Amino acid sequence: MLDHTLRSLSTLLADGKASSVELCRDYLARIQALNPTLNAFITVDADKTLAEADAADARRAAGQAGPLTGVPIAHKDIFCAEGWLTTCGSKMLANFVSPYDAHVIERFKAAGMPALGKTNMDEFAMGSSNETSYFGPVKNPWDSSRVPGGSSGGSAACVAAGLAPAATGTDTGGSIRQPAALCGITGLKPTYGVVSRYGMIAFASSLDQGGPMARTAEDCAWLLNVMAGFDARDSTSLERAQEDYTRDLTKPLAGLRIGLPREFFGEGLSGDTARAVEAAIAQYRKLGAETVEVSLPNSSLSVAAYYVLAPAEASSNLSRFDGVRYGYRTPEYKDLTDMYEKTRAEGFGAEVKRRIMIGTYVLSHGYYDAYYIQAQRLRRLIANDFAEAFKACDVILGPTAPSTAFRLGEKADDPVQMYLSDIYTIAVNLAGLPGMSLPCGFDGQGLPIGLQLIGNYFGEARMLNVAHQYQLATDWHARAPQGI
Amino acid sequence: MQWETVIGLEVHTQLTTQSKIFSGASIAFGAEPNTQACQVDIALPGVLPVLNKGAVERAIRFGLAIGAKLNRTNVFARKNYFYPDLPKGYQISQYELPIVEGGHLSIQVGDEEKTIRITRAHLEEDAGKSLHEDFHGMTGIDLNRAGTPLLEIVSEPDMRSAKEAVAYARALHTLVTWIGICDGNMQEGSFRVDANVSVRPRGQAEFGTRREIKNLNSFRFLEQAIDYEVRWQIEQIEDGHRIQQATVLFNPDTGETRAMRSKEDAHDYRYFPDPDLLPVRLDEDWIEVVKAGLPELPEQKQARYREELGLSAYDAGTLTASRAMAEYFEATLASLPSPASGRGAGGEGSAKLAANWIMGDLSAALNKAELDITASRISARQLAGLLARIQDGTLSGKLAKQVFEAMWNEGGEADAIIEAKGLKQVSDAGAIEPLIDEVLAANPKSVEEFRAGKEKAFNALVGQVMKASKGKANPAQVNELLRKKLG
Repeated sequence: MLDHTLRSLSTLLADGKASSVELCRDYLARIQALNPTLNAFITVDADKTLAEADAADARRAAGQAGPLTGVPIAHKDIFCAEGWLTTCGSKMLANFVSPYDAHVIERFKAAGMPALGKTNMDEFAMGSSNETSYFGPVKNPWDSSRVPGGSSGGSAACVAAGLAPAATGTDTGGSIRQPAALCGITGLKPTYGVVSRYGMIAFASSLDQGGPMARTAEDCAWLLNVMAGFDARDSTSLERAQEDYTRDLTKPLAGLRIGLPREFFGEGLSGDTARAVEAAIAQYRKLGAETVEVSLPNSSLSVAAYYVLAPAEASSNLSRFDGVRYGYRTPEYKDLTDMYEKTRAEGFGAEVKRRIMIGTYVLSHGYYDAYYIQAQRLRRLIANDFAEAFKACDVILGPTAPSTAFRLGEKADDPVQMYLSDIYTIAVNLAGLPGMSLPCGFDGQGLPIGLQLIGNYFGEARMLNVAHQYQLATDWHARAPQGI
Repeated sequence: MQWETVIGLEVHTQLTTQSKIFSGASIAFGAEPNTQACQVDIALPGVLPVLNKGAVERAIRFGLAIGAKLNRTNVFARKNYFYPDLPKGYQISQYELPIVEGGHLSIQVGDEEKTIRITRAHLEEDAGKSLHEDFHGMTGIDLNRAGTPLLEIVSEPDMRSAKEAVAYARALHTLVTWIGICDGNMQEGSFRVDANVSVRPRGQAEFGTRREIKNLNSFRFLEQAIDYEVRWQIEQIEDGHRIQQATVLFNPDTGETRAMRSKEDAHDYRYFPDPDLLPVRLDEDWIEVVKAGLPELPEQKQARYREELGLSAYDAGTLTASRAMAEYFEATLASLPSPASGRGAGGEGSAKLAANWIMGDLSAALNKAELDITASRISARQLAGLLARIQDGTLSGKLAKQVFEAMWNEGGEADAIIEAKGLKQVSDAGAIEPLIDEVLAANPKSVEEFRAGKEKAFNALVGQVMKASKGKANPAQVNELLRKKLG
């Protein structure tokens, strides 16, 4: 089961060698066996999954199956799914059953892909280790004493461990790519606006973007075909013609210009990661690509800009969690202010509160210009850097994360160290560009290393082509954790 | 010391869209609590706003009507604060780049015309309602109103008395209903006024410290509240106190204003551009289309009434108090055969005649019945039928009033009423002369006095002849025939 890609499952179903119900039962059994160790899922509901699988089988029997009909998928618990507990990893929403489907969930339902459950995540997607989840940390399938990365840690871990063939994730500063790297899978963050944010619980609206997490680039392309598309309910959703993201997968890489930003290969990068990325570059040269050095001079400022803008938006986005209409409300209070204060003090975890406080501060009267406006300026400079770089190359390549999976608790008390986990990924969100992570080797302890590709705007198909060609030539993506 | 009052108004007008500004829910008034609040309005996790184009179109209409600058790029921002009837914990409004900037409105106070400058007008969403009754120590929340589109219209501090403030508020009310962007229903909260009031020694250039009176929902309360507030502020200053910037509420029962919160408690709203909404870009073609669809505006109509119809500024102002009134007037005029203006053979022009009747008898009847002119029991065409009979001499003014009354009470066309009630004016000398003879015979004393030079006696004789004709004799003709007989 660990070896299954979406393509292979699709073939099994199409050939009548398995039914969706059978597939789902197998995955559910594996979840039941391994989730107590990994804690990758917050909610599993076999009845719901099997009902959807049943419907998918009926659809196939009626001759109306699409390529992915009947193939199950897990959803990050940030996506509202009708009738499902949708917690966003928080005590604040620990009792919230969504009355509606996110656009992404609608799309997967329409494709006939049964939901295996809702995956664990950092609380409100704020974290890089999954340790901020109210439901406890997810364990890395390669070493259960280590973190899976975050915030889409549950999705990354469940795909890596074969609890699901694919999962949805969201990426605000690296939340798809960094856990994909730390768990040895492939994940893609699309261009901002390609996937609708409707029904995706907001962290930082101008940065959030949903995307696929799977074993291969090809699987990601299939999933993106389902997820992407205009949605009138999201004003930042882009109205463009539907693309086939698989269209360029098989193109040879001869003539491809790969940009290597010198800022991504300096200090702070661990030796094993640097070596694996260098090896990947060598592999690409063998595949006919040429490399050019590019520069992203302002990228060193991206973490600072991000930790102004994202908390600013979050402090406002999370105001709706006030105990009035849904979600957690403190049991005892003496008046309205008391109810607000206790509800939010008890309902949010420490990291969320830290970011709400930072965000409130930077938006305050007298500080707004110095922080928020300044950070917006940096954001433009960072985007300009990329625009400049893409004049010389087709895709940018570098490490996804500065190191492999760290130990649970290792950075939990040092937020700045934790924030630096996303140093290579954050600039991509600030610029609104597409990016992905794919496995490119292992460190001395057998932990996976991620290679990051960054495409130009709407360059997903090209980026997937570059990743797919690498995966045809290597087998890092096919390795699976043993011993769990 | 002589004091000068300085007033600026912020008016929240509810726009006449079908649905809310950022969701598809209806904004109809009076529905059961929370039945017109969709998942966007109640701010479920994950929902997003989508701007209602109709609200933008109405703001453009307003901007064009006041000669303002329309910001081709305008931006929605979040105004952050916690309140139970504010579901998202922020209100989506416009802050640094509103859709409408500048512009002005003319007002008339007594004989004086004055121009009030408008600072800006911006789009925003309304909050829900907190219901403090019937919940036994708890508060109920009704989110039907949450997300209702508002255009907040902010004036410069250009008004110098409560009367001017009321005149401005009325002119604004007329304009927004005139161009159809607001239904103007003040009871239902469609037009709510906040007044910023300060006083300063006459001649002083700087403004005094202002206090803001919130949520005045009638013109009468607006005037009362400002008058009270001005007296209170002057008293405070004369007693040696300083005015503290504050938000105050007006209590209609006591006629007093009372501080709600001081500047120290003022929120830091932490405005920032809403990342869920792209900047709004106004397309030139669209603006042109909206402009082409605008009706003739009150000020334009007033000028035309004065210049082309020869009406006074007062009449022109009164007839354009509402678009319905102006339309009624114009429909009446259109149904009259005589020329609208001029003082030709028919005496006053049709315009003045129609104006007098609409502003006089018709308005009185409407007021008495508490009816709007759109619900008038006498249509413009009916009224024109009546006025035509005045112009052709069939009816005297007095008879016309009787026809009007019958028409109001029982309906029907003027000619039918005249026929049925026999109210036709008698202009036949053969019929009037015998009456004159009778009157002269019966009043030798008056005849004597008239011959002795007393003009008053003549009037008494005319009155007697009119009485003898039961008011039907043509007064001009009675005059003429009587003089002939006595001469």
